[in-house]
Amino acid sequence: MSAVITLPRVVAALVLALCGIMPYLAPAVGEPFLIGLFARAMIWGIAALSLNLILGYGGMVSFGHAVYLGVASYTIGIFAFHGVTDAWIQWPVALGISAFVAFIFGAISLRTRGVYFIMITLALSQMFYYLARSAEMYGSDDGLTISRRSDLGISWLNLNNRVTLYYVIFFCLLLSLFILWRLVNSRFGMVIRGIKSNETRMEGIGIATYRYKLAAFVIAGTMCGLAGILEANFEKFVSPDTLNWPRSGEMIFMIVLGGMGSLFGPVIGAVVYWLLQDVLSDITEYWQIIFGPLLILIVLFARGGIVGVLHGKRRDA
Amino acid sequence: MNYALFAEQFLNGIQLGMVLFLLAAGLTLIFGIMDLVNLAHGSLYMLGAYYAATFTEMTGSFVLGLVIAVPVMIVSGIVLEIVAIRTLYRRDHLDHVLATFGLILFFRELVRIFWGSAGRSIPLPDYLSGAVALPLGIDYPVYRLLIIVLGLAVALGLYLLVQRTRIGMLIRAGASNREMAGALGVNIPLLYTLIFGIGAGLAGFSGMIIAPLTAANIGMGDTVLIQALVVIVIGGIGSIRGAFVSSLLIGLIDTLGRSFLDDLMALFLPVNAAEAAGPALSSMLIYILMAAILFFRPQGLFPPKGAKA
Repeated sequence: MSAVITLPRVVAALVLALCGIMPYLAPAVGEPFLIGLFARAMIWGIAALSLNLILGYGGMVSFGHAVYLGVASYTIGIFAFHGVTDAWIQWPVALGISAFVAFIFGAISLRTRGVYFIMITLALSQMFYYLARSAEMYGSDDGLTISRRSDLGISWLNLNNRVTLYYVIFFCLLLSLFILWRLVNSRFGMVIRGIKSNETRMEGIGIATYRYKLAAFVIAGTMCGLAGILEANFEKFVSPDTLNWPRSGEMIFMIVLGGMGSLFGPVIGAVVYWLLQDVLSDITEYWQIIFGPLLILIVLFARGGIVGVLHGKRRDA
Repeated sequence: MNYALFAEQFLNGIQLGMVLFLLAAGLTLIFGIMDLVNLAHGSLYMLGAYYAATFTEMTGSFVLGLVIAVPVMIVSGIVLEIVAIRTLYRRDHLDHVLATFGLILFFRELVRIFWGSAGRSIPLPDYLSGAVALPLGIDYPVYRLLIIVLGLAVALGLYLLVQRTRIGMLIRAGASNREMAGALGVNIPLLYTLIFGIGAGLAGFSGMIIAPLTAANIGMGDTVLIQALVVIVIGGIGSIRGAFVSSLLIGLIDTLGRSFLDDLMALFLPVNAAEAAGPALSSMLIYILMAAILFFRPQGLFPPKGAKA
């Protein structure tokens, strides 16, 4: 923490700047599809950021994080289905539902540790996958097409405008980064990080660790709900696959790719993830045959992710 | 609710339980002894089904196909352990989850390349495709009955292997104290490779025997993996006995819930409300059960000795 300007920070600033100018840069370089790719990467970046709070800082390996994104997306979809598009109703309710689900799931799963925790978060999240699949009214397996985007009621903030929507997503990313930055450097963040390194000792100095972990879990779930709101508006579609467990795996992948337990890591990871996917799928239709082993190699040889490599160390201690 | 239908669904539940047990036994063995979280277990299940399809086509006989597919499956498991899994033992659970998630992506694509995106159905020989008349006037498909018998046979075989043989003794020794067993001259790496091979064989076998009913398809491992995880969490991770009991429990609850929950709910709810909520609730039933059990017993129903949750 000695030098203010470090390589990872420069890269983080560059990635953010790239996100900021993409709607103008992409058409200029003749690759307009990059706007969509970056919008998607930023949405996933918010989701990965939220997961990083409990995974990277708190050491809680939640393998069902996509569910909080999914329930928020479905909330927007279901509201739109019934003709309610007012964002000031939709968004708070969607965030509230994500927070509530995170509270219930956290309360149950945080009673367990280690591998039980991984499996329980995974299994609990699957409940909503099956719920979504059996909800015939809302499209079941085929998913739900969202005919109208959220209406913010402000004339210059019309989400049907591509560029406006892009910058709303960008603003939400900055907001999430800011919240997370304040959070991890607060007393609360210290406690969460302390729990990761030695929970017994944290209990020993008189901290009710369960409550702190649950609070972090709910904050992470709510922030992931924000990503869900944005995704529903961006894709105009939500399906059971939105909250299926491979998506939670992808989120963890982005965090590890970028750098676990670093503030910007998940955002860098998300951007690289989507670019990589795009490049690989140009090479071969079967791009996952490269992607899967690549993931294994990163896990084995570069656990600090991109941020760790930039720092010049192989493993995030 | 008529009696014959209930009996049939009850048997279907046991049959699902048997398939889950074959999968969960390997999963719980690998976790209990090697401390490895293997999400790719569902991929091995899928791979088994495709092997069965291919070898059945080549030999023209389902039984002969299985006889070839099982050893091939065990060898595949051993190769996988040596190439990819072995390096993971010294890592933490997050690394296991991620690396085996990478394996899932790899296997899914591998199957797509070799077998294509469409599923492969496996025709059953005539003597297995009929129904058999059970006592009390129940007709039940022969093949499903065979799955139950095979499951019980494998469970018994596994019990004998672990409790009565030298290899079983080494497995138990490795599970209770790895360092001590190693110090006494047990070849731990070889033992691990062997256990992973057995686990892969069990997972593949369960995929093989289910394939004639559902056809081999790419997504088949994903759903069943989660169910198997629920089974081992409820049973107590590392306990084969727990896996057996909770497989049956999950198989029965899932199957009976899907068949009868809407009827049951119609007793105290309006019929259309029950018909709408029934399917949703029944597919969530096993997860609710898991949450409830963990709330009271965080280490599952039959935690193995010395396990900590």
